[in-house]
Amino acid sequence: MEAIADRMIPPDPETPGGKDAGCALFVDRQLAGPYGHREGHYNRPPFMHGTKQQGEQGEAGPAQQYRTALAALDHHCQSKFSGKPFAELPDGDKDAVLHDLEGGKVSLGSIEGKAFFEQVLKDIQTGFFADPLYGGNRDMVAWKMIGYPGARYNYLDWIDRHNERFPLPPVGLTGRIDWTPKG
Amino acid sequence: MARKLPRKDVVIIGLGWTGSILANELTDEGLDVVAIERGPWRDAPTEFPPNYQQDELRYRIRHELFLQPEQNTFTFRNKMDQTALPIRTWGAFMPPNGVGGGGVHWNAETWRFLPSDFVLRTHLTERYGANFLPEDMTIQDWGVTYDDLEPHYDQFEYLCGTSGTAGNLRGVIQEGGNPFEGPRSRPYPNPPQKQGFGHTLWGKAARELGYRPFPQPSGNMSQAYTNPLGLHLGPCTYCGFCEWFGCGNYSKASPQTTILPVLIRKPNFSARDNCEVTHINLDRSGKRATGVTFIDTSNVEWEQPADLVILAAFSVFNVQMLFNSGIGKPYDPVTNSGVVGRNFTHQTMSSVDGFFDKEKFNFNPFIASGAIGMCIDEFNGDNFDHGPLGFVGGGYLGQVQTSGRPIQNTLVPPGTPKWGAQWKKAVADNYLSTLVGGSIHASFYSYRDVYLDRDPTYTDRFGRPLMRMTIDFHDNELKAAQFLTDKYAEIVKSMGARQIAKKPRKGPYDIAPYQTTHLNGGAIMGPDPNTSAVNRYLQSWDVPNVFVMGASAFPQNAGYNPTDTVCALAFWSAAAIRNQYLKNPGPLVDA
Repeated sequence: MEAIADRMIPPDPETPGGKDAGCALFVDRQLAGPYGHREGHYNRPPFMHGTKQQGEQGEAGPAQQYRTALAALDHHCQSKFSGKPFAELPDGDKDAVLHDLEGGKVSLGSIEGKAFFEQVLKDIQTGFFADPLYGGNRDMVAWKMIGYPGARYNYLDWIDRHNERFPLPPVGLTGRIDWTPKG
Repeated sequence: MARKLPRKDVVIIGLGWTGSILANELTDEGLDVVAIERGPWRDAPTEFPPNYQQDELRYRIRHELFLQPEQNTFTFRNKMDQTALPIRTWGAFMPPNGVGGGGVHWNAETWRFLPSDFVLRTHLTERYGANFLPEDMTIQDWGVTYDDLEPHYDQFEYLCGTSGTAGNLRGVIQEGGNPFEGPRSRPYPNPPQKQGFGHTLWGKAARELGYRPFPQPSGNMSQAYTNPLGLHLGPCTYCGFCEWFGCGNYSKASPQTTILPVLIRKPNFSARDNCEVTHINLDRSGKRATGVTFIDTSNVEWEQPADLVILAAFSVFNVQMLFNSGIGKPYDPVTNSGVVGRNFTHQTMSSVDGFFDKEKFNFNPFIASGAIGMCIDEFNGDNFDHGPLGFVGGGYLGQVQTSGRPIQNTLVPPGTPKWGAQWKKAVADNYLSTLVGGSIHASFYSYRDVYLDRDPTYTDRFGRPLMRMTIDFHDNELKAAQFLTDKYAEIVKSMGARQIAKKPRKGPYDIAPYQTTHLNGGAIMGPDPNTSAVNRYLQSWDVPNVFVMGASAFPQNAGYNPTDTVCALAFWSAAAIRNQYLKNPGPLVDA
């Protein structure tokens, strides 16, 4: 997951990539929780394949889908790149595999490659921009990158200040790293 | 066998906006009222504190405040010859749950419908001729007029402290307001909210193009306000966490901030939360309700006898309750007969994104409120000549961006890759200088093959059939969507956008991408019991001691948000119960 996260959101000189931003940790935690097991969803049978407009109808929740699909992805890479799993490929090959997935050219066992790609992309980007308490967006790197000031609730002094850059740094629901004394 | 509780004068199913309004009105009348709510109790200070509600993942993405589909959901198909499948997680709409209902999570956009919306078929037929309407379009007059509802719109807006600029005061058009609106008896209780940079710029561009822009009517407070019940609301702080979130700042009108603190202290009111009504009980004649049956959290079944039953659940669940209770004849699209399930509608949402030069434009999109924004109404309802256009209906256009929450508002210009280094750079470059999802809030008129009935396969946790939605967009709505989107894009272009992404709504109707939660119809009001489930006072034609609130009464949907009209109808119905029904319980309109 870290290898995928770092290609979907590569590091650059200003902002860490998906790996160092904690996106894989975010996805791990989400999959271990209600999201991974589709808690609260309508999970009654029968499960039937519908039209695109009818939305997700699969029987397996995201946790199971990730487990199956990631194993199949490594299997695919190993057969194509002389025994190397995804994480050990050079960046160019990683990107080529992801493009193939995105283009619907790779099947991941029982999971459709394109649908899985879209789910992973959505989850990684969600983790990048969610509050850091969920494990991604570490040190609010994504919020700093875009200029989002975070979990604030009072802009009364700012509603009239048009076309001015908001000057305060982002803050998360649990505060900021520099609020915690070191040592 | 259900255990029987002591009789009440009134039982109310659902404690959202309409349940709260009816409970307050009927307890004022001295009646003993109990409300039964399927979801949890929610109070503003404990459930929506401003130190943790700014959590986009928890509330928006994972739907914390909403109904869980495992408790109840719907099945969906586009066409009558398809097999409907269950909506397993929410997408196109998100039904509310719990005390406060949709009043907790709404943006508080507080619009009145146009006078012509209430007499739609008559109006359009007179102006364009009967042949102008598509053959399978089943739009109807409401049986109630704008003038009937005006005092009740006023009542709701003063309850809420709605912020806005009147456009029509007793027939005199006012500068700065919506010149197309019906006459108001008095101004809004509060001045309009302030506007951000993007909203202001859009309004200026619209004015320069010859339109008459006005601030969106908002249930977010522009200043401190004390409502007629003596409850205090505080000024909105433009935090950008309104829709999907509860407001712990007491700045958004909701049942929690405008009614419940008064209601729950009344000795003749009680409420049961986490109790789900399964059906309304009828006597042997089938023409009189004797109360309701509900199930508590221990799966114990109870009977609550009552003289009067107010059905005040979310629209589709009102329809389900009528089906489950055997009230009213189910609609049959083949023979075009029956009423329950008829004229189901939604909304036709389109949008336009505008990407601007970051060196010149900094919108600070995170500074916003739920109902902030500038709008125009030139292309709503029948405010413009549809003759040459070949469709009917329309919507308001508005720069009403309500937040810059980054999971959903980090767009990149068309042509940018969806991931990788270029995507990342584009997100960083565009976030502060992009206007996301300019709103085109268009009507959805009713059709013979868009309806609700009972699913033959899927059931809820009690074994009751799920409601089955058969719904698709028709050409009329898609043509309107394209027309309105083009008009909107002209405004964004004249603001100086570098790149524009037009997103007119396309068919087929898709259950996954969010549109709005404005589901309407299925138990519609009207003058004729053959084509409506309830009369002009929202009273069941078949069982006169049952009144059905909510947007399920809309015969078709207009190009506005529904809450102001839903609640005006609730006050109108409450007045009819207080002034007419209680004196002589029975049908208020002869069938």
